[in-house]
Amino acid sequence: METLFSQTTEAIRREAKDLLESGKVAAFLGFVKGSLPTVTRPFVARTPEETDKLVWNGLCVMNLANYLPGLLKSLEPPRRPGEPPPEGPLPRVGVIATGCWSRNMVIQIQENQMDRERLVILGVDSHGMIDRRKLEVLAGGREIQSLEETDERVIISGRDFKMETARQEVLRDNCLTCVHPSPVILDKKIGPTVPERRVHEPFARIEEIERMDAGSRWAWFQEEIATCIRCYACRNACPLCYCPTCFVDDSHPQWVGKSIDKTDTATFHILRAYHCAGRCTDCGACESACPMGIKMRLFTRKLQKDCLELFASEPGLDLNSPLPLTTYQPEDPDTFIIAGSKKQGTQGGSEK
Amino acid sequence: MKILKLDNSDLKTLLTRWNETRDLFSPVEGNGKVGWQRIEPLAFNEPAEGVPRASIKVFFFPQPETLLEYSTRSGDRDAYVPRPAMGKGRERIILGVRPCDARSVMLNSLPFANDPYFKVRKDTTLIVGFTCERPCSTCFCSWTGGSPMGTEGMDIAMTKIEGGYLAAVLSEKGKELLGHLHDTKEASPEERKQLEALRKQAQKGTGPAGSPAEILRKKALMDLYNATFWQKLADSCINCGACTFLCPTCYCFDIQDETVKGKGRRIRYWDSCMFPLFTQHASGHNPRGQKIQRVRNRFMHKLKYFPERFGPLSCVGCGRCIRECPVNIDIREVMRDLLSIQ
Ligand code: SF4
Ligand code: SF4
Ligand code: SF4
Ligand code: SF4
Ligand code: SF4
Repeated sequence: METLFSQTTEAIRREAKDLLESGKVAAFLGFVKGSLPTVTRPFVARTPEETDKLVWNGLCVMNLANYLPGLLKSLEPPRRPGEPPPEGPLPRVGVIATGCWSRNMVIQIQENQMDRERLVILGVDSHGMIDRRKLEVLAGGREIQSLEETDERVIISGRDFKMETARQEVLRDNCLTCVHPSPVILDKKIGPTVPERRVHEPFARIEEIERMDAGSRWAWFQEEIATCIRCYACRNACPLCYCPTCFVDDSHPQWVGKSIDKTDTATFHILRAYHCAGRCTDCGACESACPMGIKMRLFTRKLQKDCLELFASEPGLDLNSPLPLTTYQPEDPDTFIIAGSKKQGTQGGSEK
Repeated sequence: MKILKLDNSDLKTLLTRWNETRDLFSPVEGNGKVGWQRIEPLAFNEPAEGVPRASIKVFFFPQPETLLEYSTRSGDRDAYVPRPAMGKGRERIILGVRPCDARSVMLNSLPFANDPYFKVRKDTTLIVGFTCERPCSTCFCSWTGGSPMGTEGMDIAMTKIEGGYLAAVLSEKGKELLGHLHDTKEASPEERKQLEALRKQAQKGTGPAGSPAEILRKKALMDLYNATFWQKLADSCINCGACTFLCPTCYCFDIQDETVKGKGRRIRYWDSCMFPLFTQHASGHNPRGQKIQRVRNRFMHKLKYFPERFGPLSCVGCGRCIRECPVNIDIREVMRDLLSIQ
């Protein structure tokens, strides 16, 4: 059956093939079908023929921006440390971008992780991606052996069941509250435009948690991360996490213990979230990647809300507007840093 | 091998009795998350199809294992003198273990044969397995040398039949566990035949014929090492630890001292060959500094180095890594690719 997804798949294949054939890009980053019905596999096509395998559907949950800095680097001619890059343009990469992924690309460009000139971005408006954990709940523990998707419905089946549901019912939480489905930087638009979304209460869940008293909130936090195995899939799926040595891996100094001690796991989650403050685009890749079904995205979602309220800032919407936490102005409040300082118009901070 | 026929009330009686002197654990589903938990005897339910999300290794490689304890308070008489921290603890019985997970304990015993910590865990743990009526689509135990009806690594193996269970008694400890039932509940010849038939049926199994361990042992290491498909895997992999931390046969660890307020412990905790730090040298050099090298290592270790050293593959075909890899890297494809290298 012809669906938006199948049309977009065709268009992506065509464009990607074109880009590779004409030599405009050295590689094209997209998705191929996975070996299980509920997952897709991020894939680098290096020849025009390989683009025939590309797919686009509601299971494309990994954020492709995450792969870009590494992929671009790997395409550069090898050189010794300190040696300048060769003259002339470096090989380029073609990539698919939805709203949030494109915003992550903006952030990576702003943070000097890559060069806009080396990207050819095919922009696709997102219809929202599917949460496979929600499908698992729907199937009630029975194994899902096939999945079919139309523009509005999802049909799953297994050995002795077949179920149909509205896509909306099984979309990821972040997609349900997304207001920027369209890419903010792109070289070519693929598929139809989705109107800007209006979401009734985008931070409802966060507000619910905020209303808890400190004790219950701590209990909720502990419970949420109780099954974390410290595999770092959430970190590694995130395009913001590109540090060559992550603070959890550092041993000199050691910021956090390495085993699944309660305090250490909590420290990891709090610090990871704060490293994403003012940068997280709510792409949901972290949550989609977690093998234990932990909703760690709620932590970054809270910080997003704070950034919006305190700085009226949503990261990655514009290449020219700086990220809220990497800018400094002399009149910024600083009572919390400088002892005894009593600047006008500031709030909070200790007097000591 | 002695086979008993137990009905549901026999099982309840046994569980209640076992619980008096030992801790019972089984896979428990709750909040959409499946894990191993301590259970009350009457709360035991037959496990869901396939394997629980976390593997049985959590019992044998606790996260972390405390190896030594010490004090760093100079006033203490034994300051800086390490004390071994090996406590025996209560015996425990793990219920509802699938054949693949049980087999992993046997495989892990090969490299850990002389490890005192592993040995204590093993000696104090009894495994009451439940064979698989219906494998999942990601199960490929038969292809790796096991079987949905396998019993390796178990003390008792339960197989569901009409009106109860056939219990195969596989060890001295298993025999002790069954107490007087061991002598009074012997299965009839028909029931034994039924079990035999189920086992034969299971041997038909999944996956291509032939023993991959045997074939891969014979292939030239460098041919496998230099295969071109590793690049494709590295393109997709995000180098997290999901596959290795869920895998029952991944046992790599790191060791570290943790000292808080004068009290220290030396711990052994999980590490993963997917992490860059795994092979980082103090000099700064990293022999597996690139993703492709790390991805390759995971599979080469399981499918080539381990079989060369110990015989079998270091994979029991439980399919956890396939189910939970966020980017769908599938070890069955890697096995096929390796097997097809001439
Ligand atoms: S923290 Fe999670 S939601 Fe935010 S950008 Fe990273 S992967 Fe996406
Ligand atoms: S992906 Fe999940 S289990 Fe792994 S470290 Fe993150 S929260 Fe923990
Ligand atoms: S891999 Fe085999 S033993 Fe393990 S759950 Fe599946 S069928 Fe059972
Ligand atoms: S194979 Fe999958 S689970 Fe394993 S490290 Fe790579 S991305 Fe993570
Ligand atoms: S490699 Fe994968 S299939 Fe094999 S034992 Fe480990 S988790 Fe199971």
